[in-house]
Amino acid sequence: MANDINRRNFLKALGGGVVASSALLAACTGKDRKGAASQDAAAGQMTMRVNHNTGDKVGLLGYGMVRLPSQGRTIDQDMVNRQVDYAIEHGVNYFDTSPAYSQGLSERATGIALHRHPRDKYFIATKLSNFSASTQTREGSIAMFETSLKELQVDYIDYLLLHSIGGGNDAIAEFNQRFMDNGILDWLVEQKAIGRIRNLGFSYHGDIAVFDMLLKWMDEGRYHWDFVQVELNYLDWEWANEINRRNTDASYLYEELTKRSIPAVIMEPLLGGRLANVPEKVVQQMKQMRPEDSIASWAFRFAGSHENVLTVLSGMTYMEHLQENVKTFSPLDPLSEKEEKFLLTIAEDIYNLKDIPCNECNYCMPCPYGIDIPGIFSHYNKMNHEVNMPDKKQSPSYRKQRRAFLVGYDRSVPRLRQANHCVGCNQCSPHCPQRINIPRELRRIDTLVENLKRDGKVEDTTI
Amino acid sequence: MLKKTRITIAAAVMTLITLLFLDFTGTIRCWAGWTAKIQFLPALLALNIVVVAALIVLTLIFGRIYCSVVCPLGIMQDLISSLRKKKNRFSFSPEKKWLRYAVLAVFVLALILGVHALVALLAPYSSYGRIAQNLLCPVYEAGNNVLAAIAKHYGSYAFYSVDIWIRGIATFAVAVVTFVIIAILAWRNGRTYCNTICPVGTILSFFARFSWMKIRIDADKCRTCGKCSRNCKASCIDFKNMKVDYSRCVVCGNCLENCSFDALHYTRRPAAKPAEAPAETVPATDTGRRNFLVGTALAASSTLLAQEDKKVDGGLAVILDKQPPERTTPLTPPGSISAANLHRRCTACQLCISQCPNGVLRPSTDLMTLMQPFMSYEDGYCRPECNRCSSVCPTGAIQPLSLADKSSTQIGHAVWVGKNCIPLVDRVECGNCARHCPAGAIEMVPMNQADRNSLKYPVLNEARCIGCGACEYVCPARPFSAIYVEGHEVHKTI
Repeated sequence: MANDINRRNFLKALGGGVVASSALLAACTGKDRKGAASQDAAAGQMTMRVNHNTGDKVGLLGYGMVRLPSQGRTIDQDMVNRQVDYAIEHGVNYFDTSPAYSQGLSERATGIALHRHPRDKYFIATKLSNFSASTQTREGSIAMFETSLKELQVDYIDYLLLHSIGGGNDAIAEFNQRFMDNGILDWLVEQKAIGRIRNLGFSYHGDIAVFDMLLKWMDEGRYHWDFVQVELNYLDWEWANEINRRNTDASYLYEELTKRSIPAVIMEPLLGGRLANVPEKVVQQMKQMRPEDSIASWAFRFAGSHENVLTVLSGMTYMEHLQENVKTFSPLDPLSEKEEKFLLTIAEDIYNLKDIPCNECNYCMPCPYGIDIPGIFSHYNKMNHEVNMPDKKQSPSYRKQRRAFLVGYDRSVPRLRQANHCVGCNQCSPHCPQRINIPRELRRIDTLVENLKRDGKVEDTTI
Repeated sequence: MLKKTRITIAAAVMTLITLLFLDFTGTIRCWAGWTAKIQFLPALLALNIVVVAALIVLTLIFGRIYCSVVCPLGIMQDLISSLRKKKNRFSFSPEKKWLRYAVLAVFVLALILGVHALVALLAPYSSYGRIAQNLLCPVYEAGNNVLAAIAKHYGSYAFYSVDIWIRGIATFAVAVVTFVIIAILAWRNGRTYCNTICPVGTILSFFARFSWMKIRIDADKCRTCGKCSRNCKASCIDFKNMKVDYSRCVVCGNCLENCSFDALHYTRRPAAKPAEAPAETVPATDTGRRNFLVGTALAASSTLLAQEDKKVDGGLAVILDKQPPERTTPLTPPGSISAANLHRRCTACQLCISQCPNGVLRPSTDLMTLMQPFMSYEDGYCRPECNRCSSVCPTGAIQPLSLADKSSTQIGHAVWVGKNCIPLVDRVECGNCARHCPAGAIEMVPMNQADRNSLKYPVLNEARCIGCGACEYVCPARPFSAIYVEGHEVHKTI
């Protein structure tokens, strides 16, 4: 409302004189720019949540330091610093990193940026990312933790996570190998006791058996989890299991945590950006309801509206994303019941599109045979969203769709990296947090492309 | 009037035939393919008697208009010559009979003895084809790629970008040298090439001497001012003797336009006997140095392009370029019937190569088959929905072939090279060859017969293989595929 009045005042004052009008504007809106929507949220308005274990007041928007701004292959440290400064200034104080992020460079960059601020102004979350055999020994894992402290230039970690439990072909065995057989979980509990870790938790993807087991251990009093990081968004809320039977609906995960009063840290609120790029029909509906809000803000509001959520992580590579997200959370306008219902309805629409649930996290990459897996899936999903899937030959737009699919395919993925070069070695699938059967999906796309190509008319056999 | 008609028809034919070479989408060939098929030498090689007879009759009636409005190399020379605005720059020179007939004799001999490279070098339409394919195509494709980039920016699928690559360095060099020599000759003396070297020109000149319609000089009106001679790009008007050498006249009509006294006419009245003129030497040109420089510059720029291609992306494994295997018998495209047929008839115009959408066809560097097409599967394979090369070939070297016939034409057979095969080398599952074989000729068989779940390797049924190269192209083994196609000298129907 305030903006409307200002604009009206401005128009009225225009007749009176520019000087008077700008003075009026300046008085009313502070640093608002004339005729432009406000990009900048005022500092100090961020919605905060309290971690009942430690009393930490955590900003509801958390910063995922996973895809940091970079120049070529090196991190753009100046930009990281600027963005971290902006974040802290606007109430973002939870920074989530890992020894594995940004090709292993994230912790150092995060450390450099945060070290310029007082230690009590931010919380650091990092992980024990002992995925490779060499770091799964007791010494290897301890060394990884110590390196994290050194890289981050701190002497304690606020939030330490067992990174991505539930993966591997036998998830329980994998968990035991990573944390139990080497005694590292007990070692971490000791570190918490002496104050080098303030909160101990885990992040979960994949096999529900491990998630249930760890919560059972808490019920039995064996281990205490101060927080748990899970994937939560309006698509996964009820459809995760339908999308991939090996995954679990977010509603179940959230309820299990809430039952035990374990604060939930949310990852993938945007599904790797897929919920910022929804089908055109959905965009129109969203814009009709809240014309000034971005598409992404709906997904953030969905995640943040859940009371037991401590913070919602977003991997913000660009300043614009950071500014926009800070605005969404300063303060967060919780979803109304009607809005929530709406999101769960469109989730069904999005589910019915049968996207390949790839979030382009790149964990499967590099494919040893050079396939651009996320690139292929992303093209497929893009065609799916633009309603360009040439699946009905009788359809009058079939030829156009066919051309769009094939031309777009060559544009998105070089020919040597396309699906027909997948050998099916399946080295990728175990790395996929969404548990996609990657070779099977690639083969499906390859068959589609092959059929489209064979359906070339005389004049367009090229594509 | 004659000149205007000539220019209009020539412009239309030239545009169509050039577009035929440039259009990589394969659309234009559907309605302009005939422009290649009415060329004299290709029609002769294709034993297309109707076209050959029609062209001879045409020449017997109108003189060598073929050279002015049908032959793209002739039209190209007129274009280059017309860029020079200097008037009255030509002069009469007597016919170089010994040179013309010597070249023709060599040409006929080469044709009979199968010295194909010489035939290809002298064939005028093919020379133009090589120039269009090697020099114009890259420019056209670059323009297309700019449009494709713009289209991509605006989310349109109207244009798609294509790879620009030199198919064969020898052919490229030949095209450059041919172009430079002919361009210089045309710039200096108009139709020198057509009237001294071109074998087709010489053959047609036999008929043109007796043509019904001719340029004739009206002795009553002529003041022997010499303006006609000075504007005759064929140097065939001997104004002093009021004679025209009809064996060289390409009926361009420039003389008619330039005569101030209405003394020249293109009519059907009988002519006086042409007189023999003493021979003169051909003006020699030093083109070697320039060719060398152009060649070096182009070679250098292509090396730069190759380096730029080898960019590595962060999260993507480097993919080695595939190397062609040493095939005992080269692969010839479906429709060519046999290596011998292709060799005998092909004049190396490169039309099939410019039309191949899969990057399969390229010109040979072997001296015996120089510049003639052969196939290789590093960048793509001979896809089942395409028979473009067979539909455009004007000489019958590659004969028209339906898609159904193509799918049962065996041009070669696949050979498995176990030492490269990744189930054996990397110990991973593969089977990409079997998955992509359109003929179903490959089956994956467990290495350990007792264990059905053990890794599988491909087993070939040569009888079903058509040699399309899908297996070779999609094989992940690099730089040498673990399965490759060996050509057959004579194609079989399966």
